[in-house]
Amino acid sequence: MLPGKYLVLGDIACAEGAIYAGCKLFAGYPITPATEIAEYLSRRLPEVGGDFLQMEDEIASSAAIIGASWAGVKAMTATSGPGFSLMQENISYAYHTETPIVIVNVQRSGPSTGQATYPAQQEFYQSRYGAHGDYESIVLCPSSVQETFDMTIRSFNLSEQYRIPVILLMDGAIGHMREKLVIPNPKNLNIIRRVYMDDNYTENGLVLPMGKFGSGQKLLITGSAHEISGKRNYTPKVHQSTIKRICSKIQANNDIIEIESFNLDDANTIIISYGVSARPSYGAMLNLRKKGVKIGFIRLKTIWPFPDTLLRNLINNNVHSIFVVEMNNGMAVREVSRVIKNAQVFSISVLGGIIPKIKYITKKVEEIIYD
Amino acid sequence: MINLIKKYSRFLPHKFCPGCGNGIILNCFMRAIDQLDIDPNSYLCVSGIGCSSWIPSPYLNLDTFHTVHGRAIAYATGAKVANKKLNVIVFTGDGDGAGIGGNHLIHAARRNINLTVFLINNYIYGMTGGQMAPTTPKNSITSTSVFGSPERPFDLCDLVKSAGATYIARWSVFQPRQLIKSMKEAILHKGFAFIEILSPCPTEFGRRNQLSIKDYLSLFDPKSSREKNKFKTPFGILVKKKSPEFCDILDQIKKIASKKGDI
Ligand code: SF4
Repeated sequence: MLPGKYLVLGDIACAEGAIYAGCKLFAGYPITPATEIAEYLSRRLPEVGGDFLQMEDEIASSAAIIGASWAGVKAMTATSGPGFSLMQENISYAYHTETPIVIVNVQRSGPSTGQATYPAQQEFYQSRYGAHGDYESIVLCPSSVQETFDMTIRSFNLSEQYRIPVILLMDGAIGHMREKLVIPNPKNLNIIRRVYMDDNYTENGLVLPMGKFGSGQKLLITGSAHEISGKRNYTPKVHQSTIKRICSKIQANNDIIEIESFNLDDANTIIISYGVSARPSYGAMLNLRKKGVKIGFIRLKTIWPFPDTLLRNLINNNVHSIFVVEMNNGMAVREVSRVIKNAQVFSISVLGGIIPKIKYITKKVEEIIYD
Repeated sequence: MINLIKKYSRFLPHKFCPGCGNGIILNCFMRAIDQLDIDPNSYLCVSGIGCSSWIPSPYLNLDTFHTVHGRAIAYATGAKVANKKLNVIVFTGDGDGAGIGGNHLIHAARRNINLTVFLINNYIYGMTGGQMAPTTPKNSITSTSVFGSPERPFDLCDLVKSAGATYIARWSVFQPRQLIKSMKEAILHKGFAFIEILSPCPTEFGRRNQLSIKDYLSLFDPKSSREKNKFKTPFGILVKKKSPEFCDILDQIKKIASKKGDI
């Protein structure tokens, strides 16, 4: 799509965001509600000199994009819960080998096949802890079609900047929602290019420049414990330092975390939400404001790393109640409870593949604050 | 040999057991690429998990990509499509390539993607301590089939043949000359090339099934009749044919599609 205004599905905004970010290879396997991303890229990528691969399963899809990334191209896959589960072993490999890739999970209601076409936010924790081993994650969560485009580009940027698999955690509602998308002039987009070993190679930083197959670097890439050179080394010292480094490169960079807040100044009550459920949550906040409740709203755009410090700074001592609205059995609410100690934290959890209504959230908040 | 080692290896000696065939395969591969007029920097050796996956990594001083169990061919597919100039060689085993990774094997063969796959068949899971593999001959003793393997083994060459591989050969490590020649052919072949290399695993398979290296020699003897040959394996080049290659087709698609590209 040329820069301009469009009315498109969230899935298409994601696919087009990938194109603008410079993605040159997509490998995927059909799954509702993420299939439109694959379908669209199957015709769009070859137009821009890229390749589309329909693999035999999601395991192969995630493997293929890691291979492609080391061969020097930006690569992405998109799936939903069942496929995301299948990808976890390869995602773990990508964390350990520090491979920049983007994995889109358009969440649907589970467990298992669940309600395959209905939206949910049940991979809040899986997107952080699903793969085996120790690592830190970057997970972004869009609330609109426009934001899906923007965040897809940001996912690629962060993956290149930090050499890490970045997870874009969408949901079936955002993926299948048709909304306005403004594609800016590419000149106004910030696209981060990969730093290769031959431009500015240092071994000191937290993020090391990357190698590229076929360029004579005789790369030794392995998922086994290894030294920076790639040489296998199982000594506690070497592996400890690898794990510490791949975790601190994310922990040390606060610019990864983005949140949005409204009406916090005088608030004694706050709603926190993310993804599609942030939309009615915002509506409920406005509703309650009209009724005189001193209520504010926080939307998490980066859900991992979890914004511990930001939330502590934003939520002052006047706040006595926090409501976490999410389409799962209460996940982010655990993190908020961990972080915020001087307010009561309540869960407004919605299950069954439905998006909470403004009225419902309003009622739930009122039930508690007027109790 | 010393020159070859200097040229192509980064760590030696290798850690394979005495009598293992993997060292011979490493040796044959170094000879094969040395005899080919191909830029060594264009090789990418991909492997999964298992003894045979250690043949390229860490020993070969080329780009090596030691991936996860069973998925080497899928990783290789992504790398090859992303950079079609790479000569991508997959080293895998019978457990890695035909057990956990069997699905990727047949689909790569079906696509006829320009990969070279050396599948080292030692009839057992060696690295994990001798468990039954999808290639273990019926009634063989393994650590998970102490009463004799109840399952029928795969004929891997037949499998990839029916999946559409366009170069298929089978050799044992006791045929190094043929193997080197065939490795070269496989690397030069345009399309999915597959060589099954039969290899003794004295530590895990031989020990449990009372096979000395001498027994292996007669088992893998190409001259012994198929009836006498316990593993019933024909040797040689079994398939060699031309068929449109996957990466070429992707490039054609790009040509057609790029005419309508807008950024
Ligand atoms: S266990 Fe078997 S296959 Fe593995 S190195 Fe030893 S002999 Fe070779």
